[in-house]
Amino acid sequence: MSRTETTRIDLLLVAGMVGNGARVLDVGCGDGELLRLLSETRNVDARGVEISQKGVNDCVAKGLSVVQGDADVDLADYPDDGFDYVILSQTLQATRKPRRVLEQMMRIGKRAIVSFPNFGHWRVRWQLAVRGRMPITENLSYPWYETPNIHFCTIRDFVQLVELVDAKIVRAVAMNSAGAQIRVNAPWWAWNLFGEQAVFLLERKDGRKV
Amino acid sequence: MNDRSSAPHPSLAEAAQPHSQIAVFDGAQALAMSAGASLSPFSIAYQTYGELNADKSNAILLCHALTGDQHVANRHPLTGKPGWWSALVGPGKPFDTDRYFIICSNVLGGCMGTTGPASVNPATGRAYGLDLPVVTIADMVRAQAMLIDRLGIDTLFCVAGGSMGGMQVLQWAALYPERVFSAMPIATAARHSSQNIAFHEVGRQAIMADPEWRGGRYIDEDVRPVKGLAVARMAAHITYLSDEALQRKFGRKLQDRAEPTFSFDADFQVENYLRHQGSTFVDRFDANSYLYVTRACDYFDLAQDYGGSLARAFRGSRTRFCVVSFTSDWLYTTAESRAIVHALNAGGAPVSFVEIETDKGHDAFLLEEPDFLATTRGFLRGAAKARGLAETEGGKP
Repeated sequence: MSRTETTRIDLLLVAGMVGNGARVLDVGCGDGELLRLLSETRNVDARGVEISQKGVNDCVAKGLSVVQGDADVDLADYPDDGFDYVILSQTLQATRKPRRVLEQMMRIGKRAIVSFPNFGHWRVRWQLAVRGRMPITENLSYPWYETPNIHFCTIRDFVQLVELVDAKIVRAVAMNSAGAQIRVNAPWWAWNLFGEQAVFLLERKDGRKV
Repeated sequence: MNDRSSAPHPSLAEAAQPHSQIAVFDGAQALAMSAGASLSPFSIAYQTYGELNADKSNAILLCHALTGDQHVANRHPLTGKPGWWSALVGPGKPFDTDRYFIICSNVLGGCMGTTGPASVNPATGRAYGLDLPVVTIADMVRAQAMLIDRLGIDTLFCVAGGSMGGMQVLQWAALYPERVFSAMPIATAARHSSQNIAFHEVGRQAIMADPEWRGGRYIDEDVRPVKGLAVARMAAHITYLSDEALQRKFGRKLQDRAEPTFSFDADFQVENYLRHQGSTFVDRFDANSYLYVTRACDYFDLAQDYGGSLARAFRGSRTRFCVVSFTSDWLYTTAESRAIVHALNAGGAPVSFVEIETDKGHDAFLLEEPDFLATTRGFLRGAAKARGLAETEGGKP
């Protein structure tokens, strides 16, 4: 899956949520930047899924185990509980069926980590509300007619989706455009307004299968 | 050969005395075959390239396809053409002979020096013909393992091959997981489909319908069923190419003529091309051998040997896999490769998978496809790092 072309301020944050020596599947792993970070710093068994041939080639050349595939289709091929963590980094908004993808992630992994751009950020709202145009920001750089990002959501929308798939939030972080984290005890509306990106660590409710 | 006075056809001469090293297994070193028979003695003809390192950790076994042979990167003794994988094997190439010790052996049932139907049956002094037990992919692999033992190699750094070679790779990984550090099954399938079997059956029937086949005893009678074998090759060759590639190369172009002749001559270039493929093939291949190797593919169904579960064939495997398919390959499709990947994932094995974009069909795995070369190079480099193999500084180690 294509990722937004930003500096990946969320990568270190995502990596920080992964336990040492864990089995990790990065869905939409691109050129393997996060996988390499994880295998080098966290000693994880790192696997990936990537849709572009170039991305897969880059990953394989780095010695990573990456399968060419589509998050919307090919996650179904993975067995239950095959991984400790399934990561979807800046890719959710580019999937055709985000709910289905999240459900598959919760089935395959004991925990899931999802990072995404927040469509509720004030700059996005400003462009839509005042200028009446689809937002183009540093983080969301495509014009509407050629964006791969077809399913935007706000932080509040995502929290609702987590409920729908019977998962619970273990940890959540929102970052402003400078990459600084928003206060944990700030209310959701503040996160939703000032968070440019969000990272969620999820697990199944009561250990139940989704 | 027996005491016939006339010189045997060159392809049969190669079966008896190949331009390759030969490992002979006899006495107690019998091969237990899937068909129930025990084969002894038998020979394996093989080629090697590069040097085996001191701790014997840099050996790569390349498995050839249906009508391939051990001459992977040297000039072919019968055709004079470069080896079938010259694009990938050599100094500085993905299978770098400056870095790795490359082994390629002729398969059991073949006709380039490894025991096959054209070899002499020690019990009769005549060619085996159809008296050789039917050979399976597992038989080929067990025989290769005996060769690898003979060479004193415990663990192969990599086993790689395309098409029927890829089947051998999968069989190696299933039979000897601890002896295979990494594996590249390319343009292949874990089982032969009904369509695959059907095409092979057409080829076999063409051979057996040739009156010169003589119930498989043509060598005794000093004839060769070249017409049947050529037709078999022509039919098979179509399956190796894509519709698109054929259309691009030949279209409806006429062969050396401005108008159709309203006859059954090879008016079209594509006809001429296929006839050429058939007629050159019979100069290097034995008809009975063609029956055996096609049959080996047909019987291949790896999951069947593991209670119907392909995942079980690879359970707990620590072998690093790189599965490769080609978009326009309709003989062994991407779906077949994905089924392998699915099973490897279910078994928890480390697996990479790449589908290479090409319009060249099944044969693409033999060609210089840049993305395929890059994938192979990268995968081997990553595996070599994990194996602790030293880098070479672009030249001799």
